[in-house]
Amino acid sequence: MGSIGTLLSWGSDGWLDEIAYGVFVTVSLAVATLPLGLLIGFFVALAKQSSEASVRMAGNIYTTIFRGLPELVTLFLVYYGAQIGIQAVIRTVQPGATVDVNSFISGMVALGVVFSAYVSEVFLSAFRAIPRGQYEGGYAIGLTKGQTMRLVVLPQLIRIALPGLANLWLILLKETALVSAIGLNDILRWSGIAARVEREPFLFYSFAALMYLCLTIISSFGINKIERAVGPQEPAR
Amino acid sequence: MSAAQQTTDDMAPPPRPPRGWPRARIVGYCLMGLWILAGLALVGYLAAAWNLVWFEKYIPTYFSGLKVTLMLVVISTVLGAILSLPIAYARMSGNKVLSAIGYGYVYFFRGTPLLAQTFLIYYGFGSFRPQLEAIGLWSFFREAWYCAILAFSLNTSAYQAEILRGAINSVPKGQWEGAASLGLHKLQTLRKVILPQAMIVALRPYSNEVILMVKGSAVVSLITVADLMGVTRLAFSRSYDFQAYIWAALIYFALVETLRNLVAWIERRITVHLER
Repeated sequence: MGSIGTLLSWGSDGWLDEIAYGVFVTVSLAVATLPLGLLIGFFVALAKQSSEASVRMAGNIYTTIFRGLPELVTLFLVYYGAQIGIQAVIRTVQPGATVDVNSFISGMVALGVVFSAYVSEVFLSAFRAIPRGQYEGGYAIGLTKGQTMRLVVLPQLIRIALPGLANLWLILLKETALVSAIGLNDILRWSGIAARVEREPFLFYSFAALMYLCLTIISSFGINKIERAVGPQEPAR
Repeated sequence: MSAAQQTTDDMAPPPRPPRGWPRARIVGYCLMGLWILAGLALVGYLAAAWNLVWFEKYIPTYFSGLKVTLMLVVISTVLGAILSLPIAYARMSGNKVLSAIGYGYVYFFRGTPLLAQTFLIYYGFGSFRPQLEAIGLWSFFREAWYCAILAFSLNTSAYQAEILRGAINSVPKGQWEGAASLGLHKLQTLRKVILPQAMIVALRPYSNEVILMVKGSAVVSLITVADLMGVTRLAFSRSYDFQAYIWAALIYFALVETLRNLVAWIERRITVHLER
């Protein structure tokens, strides 16, 4: 057992390099999930504000399911479900094959669908804040539906949705901690390993909490920057 | 646009849905078809995986797990609510030191994952075993169940303090002033004037917090508490039967949906006087 300085040093004596790698994994998982979740969430929001009842219903079912399940359950369903499912498919061709599903991809999919369900709600309320006249104005000057969406609605939509999305980003960042349960070497898992090896659980787990806190603080600064860059929330009329 | 015109616009009937088969309808029916297929596949899977021995062996454990989950949520929500009062007070106080402490507390618990907090309390406090034994608290920190309750109460108290603060701040200042001019003192004002109005605002965030607690409670299975997720993991690791997770998902889903609809019903009941 060394001093705190040695335990948290870089290199083979300390654990700082391992935990730094864990920070890298956590951040890359969250960053990889973000575009996936935003994209799915946007289309689900589009579905939920459609004029066609069946499309709305399909979108609402998606949100209800993934907001109603605990994230950990979704994660395990995706991880073990994909493993057993793919294995069953492959075994029809090649009996006795075993499949290991990548925990990073599983984490990305599971966190992505949950994140997108919440994102769709944020986008939906942003859609409702944009007056009909904006669409009608777009059509009146001859833009197609897609162009109106891309050039007129989307810029306003993002500005209105930004605070909500920023909140969801912070939640996503914290939820990545769950993937340590399916064996991905993120901050929490490396800290757990270090804590067990060095028998200093309090030191390493509080260090892990500190790392998450740092990520949150850095994110808040970034979010503030972006919010200032895109201007005031209310579009000038 | 004048106000009168606005009302007639609002009251105009919605446009008739288009007839025939526009593209959106085809897409919608396809998507709904997919959901129905997924539902049928789920039922089909459960029927195919039906195994009376498995069912009789593990389903009773699910009910005890559900009981543990509910107890954890109820106990920590209540403890968290009590704990949130001084935190919200500190956060709103004019005293700089006090409000900084409140801010730090809330920032820590909202800025770190619940799982990390749970690990910190259950595994981390093991570092202080000699000291804890000396003051007789070791038997508390040795039990995963007590640690889970402690971690969850602390966590939810931070969120609930923010909800409380937001709700109280949402009541206009004139309400305080009006009550003061009637000669009510601060505590009376809070109890009889401010809180009844603030609680309507707070109901939805509070219920969201309870639902988040129900969903978040699944992480206690990772510190060996036998909650619903804990018994599921055990059933899966013993039988390697995937239906273990399906049943857990169904139970959690039913629980969360029941709660959500219950709250929506309560909200409709208590805001009757605000509807026009």
